Amino acid sequence: MNDPVEFSGELIGWHDPDENRRWVRENKSRQLADKRTTVAEAIRKYVPDGSLVAVGGFGHIRVPMALIYELVRQRKRDLTVVCNPGVHDIDILIGGGCVSRVDVAYAFGHELRGLSPCGRRAVESGQVKVTGEISNAGYQWRFLAAAMGVPFMPVRSMLGTSIIKHSSARVIEDPWSGKPICLVPACYPDVALFHVHRCDQYGNAQIDGILADDFELARAARRLIITTEEIIDHEDIQRRPWRTVIPFYLVDAVIEVPFGAHPTEMSVAYYFDEEHIAHWLKVSKTPEGTIKYFEEYVFGMPDFESYLEKVGGLRKLTHLKQVMKLQPDSTSSRDGAS
Amino acid sequence: MIEEPRYNLTELLACVAAGLLEDGCSAFVGTGLPIVAGMLAQRTHAPGLLIIFEAGGIGPHVPVLPISVGDSRTYYKASAASSMHDVMSASQAGYVDYGFLGGAAMDCYGNVNTTVIGDWSHPKTRLPGSGGGNDVGSLCWRTIYLMRQQSTRTFVNKLDFVTTPGYLTGPGARERAGLPAGTGPYRVITQLGVYDFNEATKRLHLLVLHPGVTAQQVQEASEFEIFIPDRVAVSPEPTVEQLRILREIDPRGMVIGK
Repeated sequence: MNDPVEFSGELIGWHDPDENRRWVRENKSRQLADKRTTVAEAIRKYVPDGSLVAVGGFGHIRVPMALIYELVRQRKRDLTVVCNPGVHDIDILIGGGCVSRVDVAYAFGHELRGLSPCGRRAVESGQVKVTGEISNAGYQWRFLAAAMGVPFMPVRSMLGTSIIKHSSARVIEDPWSGKPICLVPACYPDVALFHVHRCDQYGNAQIDGILADDFELARAARRLIITTEEIIDHEDIQRRPWRTVIPFYLVDAVIEVPFGAHPTEMSVAYYFDEEHIAHWLKVSKTPEGTIKYFEEYVFGMPDFESYLEKVGGLRKLTHLKQVMKLQPDSTSSRDGAS
Repeated sequence: MIEEPRYNLTELLACVAAGLLEDGCSAFVGTGLPIVAGMLAQRTHAPGLLIIFEAGGIGPHVPVLPISVGDSRTYYKASAASSMHDVMSASQAGYVDYGFLGGAAMDCYGNVNTTVIGDWSHPKTRLPGSGGGNDVGSLCWRTIYLMRQQSTRTFVNKLDFVTTPGYLTGPGARERAGLPAGTGPYRVITQLGVYDFNEATKRLHLLVLHPGVTAQQVQEASEFEIFIPDRVAVSPEPTVEQLRILREIDPRGMVIGK
């Protein structure tokens, strides 16, 4: 075995499996009930200050932005956010002052678009605390353990690195092979936010394209808020039940929000709004610019529809759909790969 | 006589990286230069290259450069659009031959830091962290690193943080830590040349120099000593055909323009 390791990462989102079973029994309805509500009501009801929040999608993909903006609008505070990875979502939430702690697989960056000025400013100044490090697969396997109702998952990554020391993982000897194995503890976020392609009024949800870790996260989180491009009839779900990625009993709130992932990508439906993401990366270089962004795009907007109008309306959204389909530009916009 | 160079450094690195990928192999790629290299290999000598993306894209024929790892382009004409659990498990189970990564800093055993410069609790510079990097570097058979800026600040004696495991402290250390046996860094490609790792010491070893680069430049751009053999090969220059394909892959120069 290795040298003894001193573990310093904080254990985030863990529950004893029996405690969580009891919680599920008492709090999660098995009724096929209509869960339609509004974005404002869902956030008010299911995301109290201090919650542990996880976000579906992946990086700039299928991020539930209407819900993210609403957290900022309602001035939620002291959230701990699972960054599995966290990209545009965590950046907006940090910029909006909602976050005090982050648990990091990936954060403070925008992939090819560069590092995040706002997230880095917050963590380097101490405004936001990093509770621990982990890898992307490590986090998704924490969710898998929670989804399975087991206390941990054995994994073969992260071994031998500094991540282990700054995580809530442990290393033990595999009783069969005798080799060291990393155990990642189950993680049950208080609430997870998703944007899906379609679901019924009960929350049975279909997702097109890659799932990233949404299958596991949806089963790990205690509360689920789902925004959807479209609410469809329950009969449409029943016609192809094998398409259901998230079954209704996991879901607490359903809201129809067309283009609810803007400016991130909605898999196979519409592409990134590179113009808007670039604008955010530019203005968030200063605290003043960040505040102004939220005044303009969140506090100054009565609802998400008004926001969509402001970012370019139908013309812009049609363009983003065309870019997704690899159709030639019909506008002069500077948007990404087309 | 001075001629305008036919290609830039990024194009050279893309061609060198593509050359390492064999037809019929599987490779985990990220955005940026790794996917450009994967796409180039697939469109030239390795049409049967199985490209895999961390968010679940399996076996795509990527039409144009994706911006994100989960971008819809990453499963265009793919065999499957799956999940992170699926592809990460596949790599843990031994199905993934190559992993392509970048890094902010590396030591002589190929360990990499992408987490923090300075003290972890009070970082001087906070970087994004592992993402899928640690998983790729832990679980794929062979890891290839692309680092555009080799210098004494990026090839260092001691890392502030080991995010992704190379050979850790030397021979046998990966296995002792419990990482899958027989895995580890395979090649490191920088703006100066290509490196492999000495079988006995697991230390970085110069293999190939890029055109016009000297062994002395390689040593000067590293805090640790790099073993330099007497005879070193030179990277082939990109062909006209490779350059044409690269400009087709990335028409806006998002990666190759840099």
